[in-house]
Amino acid sequence: MVELALPKNSRLTAGKSWPKPAGAANLKEFRIYRWNPDDEANPRIDTYWVDRDDCGPMVLDAIIWIKNKVDPTLTFRRSCREGICGSCAMNIDGTNTLACTKGMDDISGAVKIYPLPHMPVVKDLVPDLTRLYAQHASIEPWLHTDTPPPEKEWRQSPEDRARLDGLYECILCACCSTSCPSYWWNGDRYLGPAVLLQAYRWLIDSRDEATGERLDNLEDPFRLYRCHTIMNCAKACPKGLNPAKAIAEIKNMMLARQV
Amino acid sequence: MAEASTPADKRPRVSAAERPLSPHLQIYRPMLTMMMSITHRITGAALYLGSLLLVWWLLALATDARAFQFATDILTSWFGRLVLFGFTLALFTHFMGGLRHFVWDTGRGMEHPQREWLAQATLVGGVGLTLLVWIAAYALR
Repeated sequence: MVELALPKNSRLTAGKSWPKPAGAANLKEFRIYRWNPDDEANPRIDTYWVDRDDCGPMVLDAIIWIKNKVDPTLTFRRSCREGICGSCAMNIDGTNTLACTKGMDDISGAVKIYPLPHMPVVKDLVPDLTRLYAQHASIEPWLHTDTPPPEKEWRQSPEDRARLDGLYECILCACCSTSCPSYWWNGDRYLGPAVLLQAYRWLIDSRDEATGERLDNLEDPFRLYRCHTIMNCAKACPKGLNPAKAIAEIKNMMLARQV
Repeated sequence: MAEASTPADKRPRVSAAERPLSPHLQIYRPMLTMMMSITHRITGAALYLGSLLLVWWLLALATDARAFQFATDILTSWFGRLVLFGFTLALFTHFMGGLRHFVWDTGRGMEHPQREWLAQATLVGGVGLTLLVWIAAYALR
């Protein structure tokens, strides 16, 4: 359902302004979404100042700097700091991306950071992705075969392998799914761009023998067809992949098997 | 499971069901393709109203000369023309949006920057065709 306004318990309030670091010449302002499950208050926006001369170039460097030097309660997920784990996905400067690969120099003015959009918030910048993982499991993202397994590995020609390029690189960070207005309004029934890109990755794998069953599972007015080519997914993907195109290809596979 | 084994005083005061929803449309940077998708929806809805207007005009035409004159007077007033201009704009923008979707349905034009060009073309084409029709209409009067 389309609901433009936030529920009462989710409306933003003014937050705390943290002191500027003493003696810093090169300051960058950060406005960060805060919510703590323990204090029964609405979410708020806190303002921080980061000393650029004492901090690495990426947004992740800055929020780690804040956590270490200003406010140890600031909560976020991070791990690899090089764009391969997908943990630090968040909404930065109005778009979903990875904090570790987004440079502060690319952002003019204050850096505004929110958790991934339209998700239940666990704490501060940590969203609850349980539903997305359940949807991912529902497309059975592993090889399905009927023929007896070969003595060694399942073989694939270089050409067939190349068809997985632009799909296998997905790190499941959820930037795309949570950028999609259709997923915002119908995320309980629409699978969303990330999961559908994964579905397509298995649909076109030359070794997979369950293409028909996989398509049957997606043939549904909501699961697949809530994609209205809004294209926010393709713009958000920090790995430069194109979920919208993968979804269009699935729709064409549906059509091709009917004619 | 995990919640049952956590002592009551260590559990967060807000349960999982009461978590706030993170902000979405309020904070997302407007993207041209997203704005044109929303425009497609709005113009599609506006076309229903425009069609009703057209039906009313045809009904008046079928009724008698007085009713037709009444409808024509309203539709050619400055306010009527403004509404008709909006109707034409909605029609052509929605038409161009339909063409864009037709291209995308084939799986083409979805890469960067083609998708931006298509979104821009929807906007420019819709406004351009509308102006063309109105200039032609005034020129032929």
